[in-house]
Amino acid sequence: MNRRSKRKFDVLVVGGGPAGMAAATRASECGLRVAIIDDNPALGGQIWRQGMQSTPDPDYSTWAMYVQSAGPELIVGSAFDQPSAATLAVEQADGTYEVAYDELILATGARERFLPFPGWTLPNVMGAGGLQAMVKSGLTVTGKRVLVAGTGPLLLAVAAYLRKHGADVIRICEQASWGSLARFTFGLLDQPRKLTQGLSLKRQLAAVPFTPNSWPVAARGQSAVESVTISRNGRLEDIPCDYLACGFHLVPNLELPHLLGCRIQNGCVHVDEFQRTTAANILCAGEPTGIGGVELALVEGQIAGFTAAGRFSEAKDLFGERKRLKQFARKLDQAFRLRPELRSLPSDDTIICRCEDVLYSQLRRYASWRTAKLQTRCGMGPCQGRICGPATRFLLKWDPDSVRPPIFPVRVESLAFAASPVIPEQPTLTGGL
Amino acid sequence: MNHPTYDVVIVGAGIMGAACAAEFAGRGMRVAVVDGDSVGSGATAAGMGHIVVMDDSEGQFALTRYSQRLWQGLRAELPAEVEFDQCGTIWVAADDAEMAEVWRKQKFYKQRGVPTEVLDAQTLYQLEPKLRSGLAGGLLVPEDAVLYPPCAAAFLMNRTQKRGAKLYVGENATQIGQGHLQMASGLEIRAKFIVNAAGTASAELTPGVELKKRKGHLVITDRYPGFVRHQLVELGYVKSASSSTGDSVAFNVQPRRTGQLLIGSSRQYGAEHKEVDQQILARMVQRAQEYMPGLAQMSAIRIWTGFRAATADKLPLIGPWPGDDSLFLATGHEGLGITMSLGTAHILVDHITGRIPEVPIEPYLPSRVSQEHAHA
Amino acid sequence: MLEPVAITVNGVSLAVPRGTTVAAAVVLAGQPCRNSVSGQPRGPLCGMGICFECRVSINARLHSRSCQILCEQGMDVTTDE
Repeated sequence: MNRRSKRKFDVLVVGGGPAGMAAATRASECGLRVAIIDDNPALGGQIWRQGMQSTPDPDYSTWAMYVQSAGPELIVGSAFDQPSAATLAVEQADGTYEVAYDELILATGARERFLPFPGWTLPNVMGAGGLQAMVKSGLTVTGKRVLVAGTGPLLLAVAAYLRKHGADVIRICEQASWGSLARFTFGLLDQPRKLTQGLSLKRQLAAVPFTPNSWPVAARGQSAVESVTISRNGRLEDIPCDYLACGFHLVPNLELPHLLGCRIQNGCVHVDEFQRTTAANILCAGEPTGIGGVELALVEGQIAGFTAAGRFSEAKDLFGERKRLKQFARKLDQAFRLRPELRSLPSDDTIICRCEDVLYSQLRRYASWRTAKLQTRCGMGPCQGRICGPATRFLLKWDPDSVRPPIFPVRVESLAFAASPVIPEQPTLTGGL
Repeated sequence: MNHPTYDVVIVGAGIMGAACAAEFAGRGMRVAVVDGDSVGSGATAAGMGHIVVMDDSEGQFALTRYSQRLWQGLRAELPAEVEFDQCGTIWVAADDAEMAEVWRKQKFYKQRGVPTEVLDAQTLYQLEPKLRSGLAGGLLVPEDAVLYPPCAAAFLMNRTQKRGAKLYVGENATQIGQGHLQMASGLEIRAKFIVNAAGTASAELTPGVELKKRKGHLVITDRYPGFVRHQLVELGYVKSASSSTGDSVAFNVQPRRTGQLLIGSSRQYGAEHKEVDQQILARMVQRAQEYMPGLAQMSAIRIWTGFRAATADKLPLIGPWPGDDSLFLATGHEGLGITMSLGTAHILVDHITGRIPEVPIEPYLPSRVSQEHAHA
Repeated sequence: MLEPVAITVNGVSLAVPRGTTVAAAVVLAGQPCRNSVSGQPRGPLCGMGICFECRVSINARLHSRSCQILCEQGMDVTTDE
């Protein structure tokens, strides 16, 4: 039986990654009643996911400590709908709850972009971040041959991590050109921290061949990937491997901002200098406002947290640092643009929609995402278009459809929350205010 | 000035327009179809795709039965993506009063040659073990079926185009009548016959047509093959569907070929916006869970709404529109559009070409309502 | 110290360190998580709970996203239900 309780917070933060942690910390420190919603009981989001065998990232540890002492509440659940103004429906393990807010901070982060190519659906072909997440969750890769491919700085971080955990990282294949990468590296000169990180990675990966202008054109194998064909400077090469870790940079998670009516421009949530969106009382910080990495997310999160607490001068103090980090974000975006050749990767019988096994040939005949969806069911599966959406946007230049609730699959019973009796909020025993 | 000219132009490329187009083209006529969106994207895309005989009235029965048989006749030609599945319907009886209704229906159908089987409680649970305990039984109608409507409409439209018909999509018709159809772009199409198969938009194009929008909600789950084997409908559904006022929900669950479950149904008058109505959705889901508790823990992937075109007397409008020799209607099918599409197309084309339709067209003639207007 | 947890994957016993997700365990067992709608073997892709390729049955509960679920002692995991 579904029970419903309505809870209210001064500031509600959706997403427990760096931006969310920073926002919730600052808002709590200002004396407000704050909660973070995330479906993971451990904070950190994706980039700060804690591995079983690794030492925690020092920045994560620092912010975890800040969050702990600032004391926002953690609601473990999935925000899937907006039942009424200034309220979110959150599905938790034991029921669905309506959570009301005065200010909402969206810190929903990003996910990897996947581009289809023949064989990409074979087991052990995973995202770059995907394989890293799996290793953090107990997949041992000692002595396994791993090919890392795709685009973006994530490839290097993943390659270094896998190597540290015993994998034989055969090669890193980056689709960007030497020129793009050189410009990007040169552009790091005014980002000392990034440069240090980059140099450290370079040292860790000294023994791993790194090739730009290269990308996977096919993965082969019987019940799992056994080899990958790489195109490098126009030449094809077959590389045997146990895992292919392949991701093409990141795309922001825009479903909740979209549902809540925030204006989205060029694939990002539009915000003003105080991280406020066009929707009343809704702010946004981190990757959804533009892919820019951890440090930018931390700064934007803090600005949002301060703004939500009405502390505009504290927010302004961070504008300079944000500006600097935004420059990095712009360079990132430019350096790792997808080259047009990647549009010819899928063949007619390559699966584009993995949930419904829809082939490229089936999709190409339609002029819009919506028509293709109705006729082929592409995007109608449980991933709700999160995997095939960015791919079709790149391949076919389709505009995304409107977003409808639930923005994430939920239990059928959770859809009946509006009919459940409301339980009055119990006073909770928390230390201090 | 160039006016494309056809024998017939059809407004609406939903299941109704596509079925009519296929029938006209099949009889050798030159056909054009106009739709402001894409094929099968309106109510056709929103509905359950249930092909069902109904016994609310003789007129409803005749057309649903005729249509159901036409779908049967077509099934061998339907491509896999139409997902035609003759899973049958079970009308579920919760108590003795509803069992009496089961027997009444059985008799009605038997007299008219529709095979059915009365199920006692034990047999009901053998066929559908996931129904909650304590039910009285039901009526199985084995010749009912389900399909995936957008692909069915596309199939019929493709067939029509192969016979040379022209499809104008992405642009609305703004004015129709007297052998002319005006498009938003200014293009004028001329035809001897115009068929208004525009669903809820029919009244805008033909003033005097009275249709109400009846909003519905549906939920689709992830794949749970074998959980439900037939389309299951509570007998209270009939009360819900045939009421002229108010909001109602009724238990209605469909197994798709994919193993996904479609959960419905709801009806609202006067709700014009397409956003999900939380209260109605909640009631609908609760009703469904009452009949099948196992639904509660299933993964719900999508919710959507749609608008049925409803007439006051619950029968569709099929046939000539009085006062305009060129204009015909094929609209107002409420929740039976998919079922009735083929039958509607046949009787309309028969009527226009001077053949005697297999099912008399009289109960559906638009003149029945416009006459009432004249007398009012 | 990460003490082992014993689960079964398609009837075969497997011991993994505590903190291992079911998805990782299934991949370690050399099994695909599921068969796609057209019958292809599939394994985890995104590792973060959004691609749904890692769905398995855990203790008879269908469509469990195994990359988000930690192995617990005695779990009965079956792939492609």
